[in-house]
Amino acid sequence: MSLAFDMMRKSSTILTHLKSKKINFFSPSTALLSPQRNPILTNRFNSTTAHIPFTSNPIHDQHVIDFPGGNVKFIPEMRFIPESSQDRIPCYRVLDHNGEQIFGTDFVQVSEDVAVKMYSNMVTLQTMDNIFYEAQRQGRISFYVTTVGEEAINIASAAALSMDDVIFPQYREQGALLWRGFTLQEFANQCFSNKFDNGKGRQMPAHYGSNKLNYMTVASTVATQIPHAVGAAYSLKMDKKDACAVTYFGDGGSSEGDFHAGLNFAAVMEAPVIFICRNNGWAISTPTSDQFRSDGIVVKGQAYGVRSIRVDGNDALAIYSAVQAARQMAVSEERPILIEALTYRVGHHSTSDDSTKYRPANEIEWWRLARDPVARLRKWIERNGWWNDMAESELRNNLRHQLLRTIQVAESVEKPPLADMFSDVYDVPPSNLCEQMKWLKETVKKHPREYPTNISM
Amino acid sequence: MLGVIRHKTVRPTFSAFRHFSSSTKQQMTVRDALNSALDEEMSADPKVFLMGEEVGEYQGAYKISKGLLEKYGPERVLDTPITEAGFTGIGVGAAYYGLKPVVEFMTFNFSMQAIDHIINSAAKSNYMSAGQISVPIVFRGPNGAAAGVGAQHSHCYASWYGSCPGLKVLAPYSSEDARGLLKAAIRDPDPVIFLENELLYGESFPVSAEVLDSSFCLPIGKAKIEREGKDVTITAFSKMVGYALKAAEILAKEGISAEVINLRSIRPLDRSTINASVRKTNRLVTVEEGFPQHGVGAEICTSVIEESFGYLDAPVERIAGADVPMPYAANLERLAVPQIEDIVRAAKRACHRSVPMAATA
Ligand SMILES: Cc1ncc(C[n+]2csc(CCOP(=O)(O)OP(=O)(O)O)c2C)c(N)n1
Ligand SMILES: [Mg+2]
Repeated sequence: MSLAFDMMRKSSTILTHLKSKKINFFSPSTALLSPQRNPILTNRFNSTTAHIPFTSNPIHDQHVIDFPGGNVKFIPEMRFIPESSQDRIPCYRVLDHNGEQIFGTDFVQVSEDVAVKMYSNMVTLQTMDNIFYEAQRQGRISFYVTTVGEEAINIASAAALSMDDVIFPQYREQGALLWRGFTLQEFANQCFSNKFDNGKGRQMPAHYGSNKLNYMTVASTVATQIPHAVGAAYSLKMDKKDACAVTYFGDGGSSEGDFHAGLNFAAVMEAPVIFICRNNGWAISTPTSDQFRSDGIVVKGQAYGVRSIRVDGNDALAIYSAVQAARQMAVSEERPILIEALTYRVGHHSTSDDSTKYRPANEIEWWRLARDPVARLRKWIERNGWWNDMAESELRNNLRHQLLRTIQVAESVEKPPLADMFSDVYDVPPSNLCEQMKWLKETVKKHPREYPTNISM
Repeated sequence: MLGVIRHKTVRPTFSAFRHFSSSTKQQMTVRDALNSALDEEMSADPKVFLMGEEVGEYQGAYKISKGLLEKYGPERVLDTPITEAGFTGIGVGAAYYGLKPVVEFMTFNFSMQAIDHIINSAAKSNYMSAGQISVPIVFRGPNGAAAGVGAQHSHCYASWYGSCPGLKVLAPYSSEDARGLLKAAIRDPDPVIFLENELLYGESFPVSAEVLDSSFCLPIGKAKIEREGKDVTITAFSKMVGYALKAAEILAKEGISAEVINLRSIRPLDRSTINASVRKTNRLVTVEEGFPQHGVGAEICTSVIEESFGYLDAPVERIAGADVPMPYAANLERLAVPQIEDIVRAAKRACHRSVPMAATA
C-alpha cells in the first residue's frame, strides 16, 4: 500500500464519518477495540507492504499526476505489469509437516485447553464425516460432503473467531458449526431430514444452518454467500457490533462474479468481513489451472484494495493465528481481509463423485498421509505433553460409538409433518397456501392408499 | 476459437448407433439421444461448439457430452470456470460473430446467475440490431424437479423463459424428442432454451430408423399427440408426459378415453393442436411440475378459453407443483410434485362434471 493510497483512504474515511455524523449512523470512536483486549494487535500483523516516503511537492512536480486515488508517478519506460511475478506469494505457517514449531514464527499462543479442544474437534469432524459418508454409501441418506483434508481450516478458523461473528459458509465447513456447539445429533437429524431437523427437512443433507449459532444456512448456489457476508458485515458495522462477518468459499467459487463484487464492495464500504478461501486444488473435476491463471486467490485482494494473506491451510496454528489477526483488523479498523488457505480436497467432491477418474490416486494419498492436518496438530500437542495414545484411542472409540448411535436415532425419528411443507414460504401463510394445505390434507385422508404412510398430519 | 472453423469435419459415428440391428424398433436412452444429436451436429457444422462446467474432461455432470472432448478436442468442447454469467455472455458474443454455441448449465437453476445475458442479450439482440445480429445459441441442461436435491436444484423455468419474446423454449420427453428437438435447436438461427430432465436421462424409448438418421429433425412449435382419445385432453411436457400416458392407461380401464398431448415446444406454443383436441374432447387437464401461478398450464387454459370456450363441458383442471419451494424430505417432496393419481383424479373430475350434478371423485 502506498502512502498516497493510505492518504486517500484516510480522507474518504473522514468523509464517511462526516456524512454519517449528520445522519447519525456511527460514531468513529466506539467501534474500536482496545488493543489490550487482544494481545496480538501488534504492528507486525499489519500489512507487509512498506510505506514509501513521499517527499516531493505534488503541485509543482512535473513527474507526478494528482489523480483520484492519489499521486501517480510518471516514468519514461513503457513498462507493462507482468501477468505474474517471478516468485509466488509466500505462505505463512507455524508448524512444519512434522508438527514441529518453526523457529522464529509469529503466532498467537494457544492454551492447552484451546489446543486440545481444537484437536478433539478435528477428530470429531473427521469421524463424523467418515460415518455420514458411509451412511450415504449404504443408501441411508441421499447425499453428503466431507471435509477430509480441510479439518484445520474448518476448526482452527472457527476457534479464532468470536461467537458473535456471523458465518456465511459454502458447504464444506461443517467443522465451524461443530466448533460452535451444533451437536452430533443435530447434524444427524439434518442429514436424515427428520422432524427434529432444525431445517424442517427443507434442505439437502449437509446444508446446515443455525441462526442461534450465527451460521447462515448453506445455499447450493456457489459463491452467493460472499456478497451476503459483505452485506451482513455492513449491518454489523452500522449496529456498532463488536463482530465481523466471515465467509468461506472454494477456489472454484472465486470464479463467480459474486466473489469479485463481494471483494470490491467490502473494500469500498469498509466492511468488517473476512474472506476465507479454501484453495483445495479442485472444483469437482476442474483443476485450478482451468479456473484461473493468477497466483491463486491471494493476489486478487490487492487489486480490490483488500489486505490479504496466504496461509498453510493444513497448519491449524497458522490458520488460528491468521484468522485471529484478521478478525482484529477487520473489527477494529473496519476493513475486509482476504485469507487464502492452501490445502487439498482429499475426499471426493461429494457422494455423487469419483475423483480417481480425473486425478491420480497417489496425489490423493500423498495429501492424505503426508499432509494430514489432524496428524500434524496431534504431534504438536503430544510434544507439549497435552495428549497421548490413550487419550487418542479413548476419543476415537467414544466418538465412533456415539456417532453410530446418533444416526440410528436420527433414522428412527419420524419425518417432518405435512404442515412443514407450507410454513415459512412467507412470514404469515397467505390464504391460498392455507387452502392448499387443507385440500392436501383432505385428499390424503380420502385416498390414503395413494400416499406414503410416513406423512403425519 | 478461429481453429474451430478449420477443424476437420468427420462423419457421425456415435456408438449407440452401431449396437442396433435394422428391422426391430430399437431402444435408446434420452442420454444417448442427446449425445448423438450433439455429436452429429458438431460433426456436420464446424461452427457448433459446446461449453460449460465439467462438459469436457468429466463428460458433463450427467455424462451428456460423453466422448465429445476426445472427438472434437478442447477448442470445441470447453471446460469453463464456475462463472455462469461469464460463459453465457461469452457464448452470446461468440454467437453474434458466427459461431453456434451450445451452452450447458449443470442445472437450469444455475442459469439464474446468467439470466441477464439470456434475456437482455440473447433474446433481444436480433430485434435491437434490426435483424443485423442474430444469436444462434442453445442453452441446455436439466430443468425442474429431480429427486432429493431441494429447492435450489428443483425449480422449473419453463414458464419463465416461455414468457420472453425472442426465445424459443423446447422441452423434450422421449429419445425421439431429444434427438429431433436438439438438432432443430442447434440448427435454428434464434436463441433456444432446451429444458431437459435429469430423471429422464437414463430412460429408454423405442426409436425408429428415421429418428436415428442423422438428417432427422423436428419442427419447433409443434406438439405431438402421444395418445389419441375422445373424452378428455391432457397436456404435459417433459417428464409429466410419461405420467400423463400412465394416467391415460388407468383411465382407459375405467372407460375414459384420454388424449395426451406432448407439448414439445413451450414457446412457440402449439395452440392449434391443443384447441383442436379440446374441441374434440371438450375437457382439459393441464399438467406441469412447475408452480401454478403464471405457469404453462395457465397460458394453455387462457388459450382454450379464448379460442374454444364454447366447446368446454367442464372447468379446466390444472395440475402443478405445490406453491412452495421444493422441500428436501422425501415424504414432503412426494407431496409437492404431481403424481399419476393426481392426473387420474383430475381427469375423472372433469369427465364427471360434464354430467350435471354427478358426484366428484
Ligand atoms: C452457481 C453454481 N454453479 C455451479 C454449481 C455446481 N457446483 C457445486 S460445487 C462446485 C464446485 C465448487 O468448487 P470449489 O468452490 O473449489 O469448492 P470445493 O468443492 O473444492 O470445496 C460446482 C461447480 C453450483 N452449486 N452453483
Ligand atoms: Mg475447491
